[in-house]
Amino acid sequence: MLTVDHLNVWFGHPPDRVDAVQDASFTVAPGESFGLVGESGSGKSTILRAVAGLIDTWSGTIAVAGKPLTARKRDRAFYKTVQMVFQDPYASLHPRHSVDVVLSETLRLQGMDDIDRRIARLLDDVGLGRGFRFRYPHQLSGGQRQRVAIARALAAEPRLLLLDEPTSALDVSVQAEILNLLADLRAEHGLTYVMVSHDLAVVGHMCDRLAVMQAGRIVEVMDVQALRRGSAQQDYTRRLIAASEGYARA
Amino acid sequence: MTLLSVRSLRVTFPTRQGVFEAVRGVSFDLGRERLGVVGESGSGKSMTGRAILGLVRPPGLVTADRLELEGQPILNLPERRMRKIRGNRISMVMQDPKFSLNPVMTVGDQIVEAYRLHAGGAKAAARQKALEMLAAVQIRDPERVMGAYPHEVSGGMGQRIMIAMMLAPDPEILIADEPTSALDVSVRTEVLNIMDRLVRDRGMGLIFISHDLNLVAQFCDRVLIMYAGRIVETLAAPDLHQARHPYTQGLLNSLPRLDAPVDRLPVLQRQDAWRDGDTITQSLETEFPGGL
Amino acid sequence: MNRAWLLSDAPQTRRQARLGALYQGWLTFRGNKLAMLGLVVLVGLIGMAVLAPWIAPQSPFAQNLANRLQPPSAEHWLGTDALGRDILSRLIHGSRITLFIVGTVALIAPVIGLFIGTVAGFAGGWVDQVLMRITDIFLAFPKLILALAFVAALGASIGNAVLALALTAWPPYARLARAETLTIRNADFIAAARLQGAGPLRLLVKHIWPLCISSLIVRVALDMAGIILSAAGLGFLGLGAQPPMPEWGAMISDGRTYILDFWWVAAMPGIAIFIVSMAFNLLGDGLRDVLDPKGAKE
Repeated sequence: MLTVDHLNVWFGHPPDRVDAVQDASFTVAPGESFGLVGESGSGKSTILRAVAGLIDTWSGTIAVAGKPLTARKRDRAFYKTVQMVFQDPYASLHPRHSVDVVLSETLRLQGMDDIDRRIARLLDDVGLGRGFRFRYPHQLSGGQRQRVAIARALAAEPRLLLLDEPTSALDVSVQAEILNLLADLRAEHGLTYVMVSHDLAVVGHMCDRLAVMQAGRIVEVMDVQALRRGSAQQDYTRRLIAASEGYARA
Repeated sequence: MTLLSVRSLRVTFPTRQGVFEAVRGVSFDLGRERLGVVGESGSGKSMTGRAILGLVRPPGLVTADRLELEGQPILNLPERRMRKIRGNRISMVMQDPKFSLNPVMTVGDQIVEAYRLHAGGAKAAARQKALEMLAAVQIRDPERVMGAYPHEVSGGMGQRIMIAMMLAPDPEILIADEPTSALDVSVRTEVLNIMDRLVRDRGMGLIFISHDLNLVAQFCDRVLIMYAGRIVETLAAPDLHQARHPYTQGLLNSLPRLDAPVDRLPVLQRQDAWRDGDTITQSLETEFPGGL
Repeated sequence: MNRAWLLSDAPQTRRQARLGALYQGWLTFRGNKLAMLGLVVLVGLIGMAVLAPWIAPQSPFAQNLANRLQPPSAEHWLGTDALGRDILSRLIHGSRITLFIVGTVALIAPVIGLFIGTVAGFAGGWVDQVLMRITDIFLAFPKLILALAFVAALGASIGNAVLALALTAWPPYARLARAETLTIRNADFIAAARLQGAGPLRLLVKHIWPLCISSLIVRVALDMAGIILSAAGLGFLGLGAQPPMPEWGAMISDGRTYILDFWWVAAMPGIAIFIVSMAFNLLGDGLRDVLDPKGAKE
């Protein structure tokens, strides 16, 4: 579904050029849920943004559904295949647009018809219900906003969903609801996920395989069973697993 | 020994839809211990910390039957006297060092200023003290850090600098509001170690406000769990997993775990009764491993 | 349609959501007593302008040389000027001119500024460079001098004065709009709209403009006082409204000769300008509470 091969992403120009991702390669099979794990600045979100076409300074190969993306600009078909959910639901919704405006604009842009019925279905799908249709973001809680953002991403009926830390800004009880919702949606619509997170437990719960990133490089690709067993190949991964188990008094 | 005693603390804000109660009758005593305050956003945990420090801005209103620092009432003191207490006797570390440090002053100047504001003395002596404090929070190259501006230091370093600043006047109580939430896990452990050691060595009382149940259980001696502006349960940190309140249990269960995979995460079903039910208090043997 | 319906957190229709948002804004605005005072003054000004022929006690042009330079009295509440005209009547009719100037400038300048600023900020690169350097050139001249030059070139008249003021007033709005655009354009909600295939024009008009407009409205309201003063300045210099039009600035200019012995001739229009400028400032402050998204309560 997604192939990333020898991907480099950089920002700025020499001498201030920052190489955010270096020589990253991985593949995600259709229907799979793949995790990208690392600390802040490791380049995990940058990969996602490059795939989505939000960054155009990259080299290497990115192929979605077998089609390599050559142009910097993405076409309509791409946006119908790939959608993204952002980290901070407080920043990813336009403060002056009601849920209705967000969803109907999205549906219109994606060339859908029968908008009223589709909005109702999307709201039901993400567990919000139709009563939320005319609310503004400030009338929604963080979890409800993230549900709206997920509905927006689903509007195009994509096959690949890029999830950029979708629950890290939420309370743990709300995180559980959103993770369950994402799992349900994947089963229902046969979606493929690429999920970025700094939380190994979340990735362990949601994903089948994961790549561990450090300082712009992928240090290890492993499956979740290996993560659970703690049988990582690389030192860095082991340290990360140890640190995520919590605080042990020195 | 009780450093801080709080009884029926309330914080209210008038809004158009009526009076909003952010904190609804919180009572606890703080000794020379690490006390964790846990809750979700909107549970009133941060507002409790701010109310103790007199940092609730009008039109917010703070009331309490008792709010005493070593037997001396500190509720709604005039700002001038509160500022003295805030600097010298109770300090606060905030979540994001980026917003707490002055961006146009070097780190060194800020620490020196903070120190002299409380202790007075010559600049040179204050500078010496600042270097010592940076060393105390395990900054390897204090001279260089002194000359750096806040944007030139990393998040973990910034948080250590904040802690150094807050500890400069030797406070009796440190209130840390999500001090490690903005940090990566590897850096988090270091910062916690530093706080832990300082609290133990100096015999301070620490109020550690966090949303992270497991972290608090591992780091603190005692935990208060807050829900909708009230404390619903208090327990000794090692007993967290024997929590009896359904809210605490629900929070613990909703966390995904690497060692115990499940298909679906149990979702917390909130109940109205939690808002006003009794606090479940575990009978505590006074045992504060952090010192005494 | 009652209060609870308007304040509902769960509106059922598009109309209820819109009206509810407006009502919330109105409540915030109403909470600011000084802003309400400003609003009342400005509503009064508009009423005065609309009803001028009916409420003015005399014609603003009726001269009575026997009665010139009379101090305020029961017959002439605000006195008479050098040609024996009733100052109160002239002020009342002059409010029409003031409103015309303010209204026109408020329509033209922010629109130019919004357009140039958001395009520059959003497009970036050379477009940004060119547009912003043009803005800088306009900013490099003192406003009144530039307006003077325009009027001198176009000819002295009230219409040209307004045009000149509008052309000199837009650069700060362009700056403001560009700064806002720069912070908005990297926001996640813009990225999300891009991922739906939204083109630059749609992003600009539907997503960026609504967020820039509110701060521009606030800024315009706060700038209105300055614009009234500039218009009065042009009138004072004889480059705005031409006699015998009762423009407030020109009236001060007329009174200048007598300012020591017959103070009311210059002071009355001066006080009128002061009150209206003040009202706009107060209104602007109140609007900032309502419209500024950063100030909006969670």
